[in-house]
Amino acid sequence: GIFVTSGRSMVASSRSYADFTPEKVDLHRLEEGPPLTATLTREEGLKYYRTMQTIRRMELKADQLYKQKIIRGFCHLYDGQEACAVGIEGGITLSDHLITAYRAHGYTLTRGGTVREIMAELTGRRGGIAKGKGGSMHMYTKNFYGGNGIVGAQVPLGAGVALACKYLGNDQLCVSLYGDGAANQGQIFETYNMSSLWKLPIIFICENNQYGMGTSVERSSASTEYYKRGDYIPGLRVDGMDVLCVREATKFAADHCRSGKGPILMELQTYRYHGHSMSDPGVSYRTREEIQEVRSKSDPISMLKDRMLSNNMASIEELKEIDIAVRKEIEDAAQFATTDPEPPLDDLCSHIFANDQPFEVRAATPWTKLTSTS
Amino acid sequence: MHFLVANEILYCIEDYCIKAFCKLRTSRSSLTEDRSKMASIRCFLRSGKSAVSVVLRREFSKTSPAAVQVNVRDALNQAMDEELERDEKVFLLGEEVAQYDGAYKVSRGLWKKYGDKRIIDTPITEMGFAGIAVGAAFAGLRPICEFMTWNFSMQAIDQVINSAAKTYYMSAGAQPVPIVFRGPNGSSAGVAAQHSQCFAAWYGHCPGLKVVSPWNSEDARGLLKAAIRDNNPVVFLENELMYGVPFDLSEEVMHKDFVLPIGKAKVERQGTHITLVSHSRCVGFCLDAAAVLAKEGVECEVVNLRTIRPLDVETIEASVMKTGHLVTVEGGWPQYGVGAEICARIMEGPAFNYLDAPAVRVTGVDIPMPYAKILEDHSVPQIKDIIFTVKKVLNM
Repeated sequence: GIFVTSGRSMVASSRSYADFTPEKVDLHRLEEGPPLTATLTREEGLKYYRTMQTIRRMELKADQLYKQKIIRGFCHLYDGQEACAVGIEGGITLSDHLITAYRAHGYTLTRGGTVREIMAELTGRRGGIAKGKGGSMHMYTKNFYGGNGIVGAQVPLGAGVALACKYLGNDQLCVSLYGDGAANQGQIFETYNMSSLWKLPIIFICENNQYGMGTSVERSSASTEYYKRGDYIPGLRVDGMDVLCVREATKFAADHCRSGKGPILMELQTYRYHGHSMSDPGVSYRTREEIQEVRSKSDPISMLKDRMLSNNMASIEELKEIDIAVRKEIEDAAQFATTDPEPPLDDLCSHIFANDQPFEVRAATPWTKLTSTS
Repeated sequence: MHFLVANEILYCIEDYCIKAFCKLRTSRSSLTEDRSKMASIRCFLRSGKSAVSVVLRREFSKTSPAAVQVNVRDALNQAMDEELERDEKVFLLGEEVAQYDGAYKVSRGLWKKYGDKRIIDTPITEMGFAGIAVGAAFAGLRPICEFMTWNFSMQAIDQVINSAAKTYYMSAGAQPVPIVFRGPNGSSAGVAAQHSQCFAAWYGHCPGLKVVSPWNSEDARGLLKAAIRDNNPVVFLENELMYGVPFDLSEEVMHKDFVLPIGKAKVERQGTHITLVSHSRCVGFCLDAAAVLAKEGVECEVVNLRTIRPLDVETIEASVMKTGHLVTVEGGWPQYGVGAEICARIMEGPAFNYLDAPAVRVTGVDIPMPYAKILEDHSVPQIKDIIFTVKKVLNM
């Protein structure tokens, strides 16, 4: 387990969960890994708690709105995996870069998006973070490159961002995320190769939630040790349900990159409570018992809450207040997301080209005149 | 790939001969004569082209006071060199672009001048390096991503379409993608089916991309500079058989800031009886056909598209409204091709009422490219096909 100190007392927090357990960090081609102790300040704890709770509530609200058919199309929810997004952000800064796949709502938040604009994007309104043009899988903020719908494509993109960091000499790095399902993609191995050759400042992170859609890792991967799959790239595997483990591993990885050593690969063992997407009940390929067990023994928010309470870093009332505040924020955001108007039809053809004069766009029939503006 | 070695040898011999001729040229000999001589040598080296067509092409590509003669390869090389110098965010990556000087020598000398940081040799992993190029564009650099030929872009087409072309739209304008993808497109000579496909129609189909297809050196220079300066993804379709072909370039064209507008076609030859619309190497064939037809009193107007997407339909319409007849000429396959799009647009627009005959397409034959020379020659549009079609359309 990880030893946590609030400055007042040292407590060993232990957690047992049979399938997930790393009591230690697993290392590949690394002499030493991240420290097995971490310091959590009260401010950090409250911040992580609030952010994780916000993601949780936001995703559950999205579930509701989807069932009411107010959100349509694809909706891949992140509840259960909150410690990954929040822990990673704790190990880098907002001037670093990040790219992920389609399970991206949590990252859009940690990367500077607001719940309002995320939810309004899901409901396809003009106040959405992509003005309703992108939807669930295509949300962007500064130094956050989505939200990508094509499995695996985001990984070379992330290496390109890292190349730009090195090219511009700005000491920034790029975190490039992918799942256990994507981990077998050829283009990821192509990216491992070029990133290593050129010593790009990239942290590859595999969020292993045990299932690629409905295919468990044992059924998709000849090797399920995703942290070793980079071969010549040093790797580490940590408990992705523990926000501190994730944070410390990320800090360690970031130091590795910034010291010019090139890429590093992190595997986060995590779990999603929902199915792959809203059209997947998520129980045909796994048991309800399994989902329940993770919820009761390894929920990332509960773990952090217990840790803070048992260390007297916060009171139950305080955390309840945060819960209430978060609920309100989500309700307000949902209200906005359901009442904000849809984008104007003028926006249909806009944003085809950047910095260009307006031009005519072919409509469904030859007589309709449509214009595109930048 | 053995054909690359053979072509390299040809380029070296051609370069040597051109340089030799330049030295031999005296004030007594005329420009036309010299170009004819160079053209004949080129014919000798590249058997399979009719000598007549090469000589004729030289005459019609004359422009006003030529500052210098530049072949398409060097035009591309100079354009990249100037843009690399102008903006330090511009860089080139692709297979063999650095130490090999480019598989087709288009990037010759650039690595020596700019070094490893700006001219990057990649492993043979198109999907990976195209994705890296797009990501670099996301983060503010201005990559030129070379595909050794556009055939290999199919390995990476997801990155070109889904990551590059669509991102500005999906992000509602938050994320521009200032990238150029370039390389030789279409049929070459003897490289067979997997190395001969034309991708103008495939990429021209997709909103969010600009697709450019230069013919001569002026096109190559002006459009590549424009593409590199453009803040949008540009698919730049070169032609390997045009690389070694020289054209006169005026002082104005040689200026460092000479750019051609993307999306604007050029009327290469004025005419009154019929409009020939083409792109890339076939423009030359149209001009050759026009020269032959002129002897029979048929004056063809030849339109060089220069850009596939956005298509300059106004220039085509204006021409058709003048001549009343339209033939499109392309190297690519007929079905769902560039010519098909042009004909459909003419049908849907004001020019239809001016047509005196149905618009017709001249295209590559609808087969994978065969290897044997006689078969290959019959797989692509020839000048006689254009002449034959013009006469058919004009009911001659």
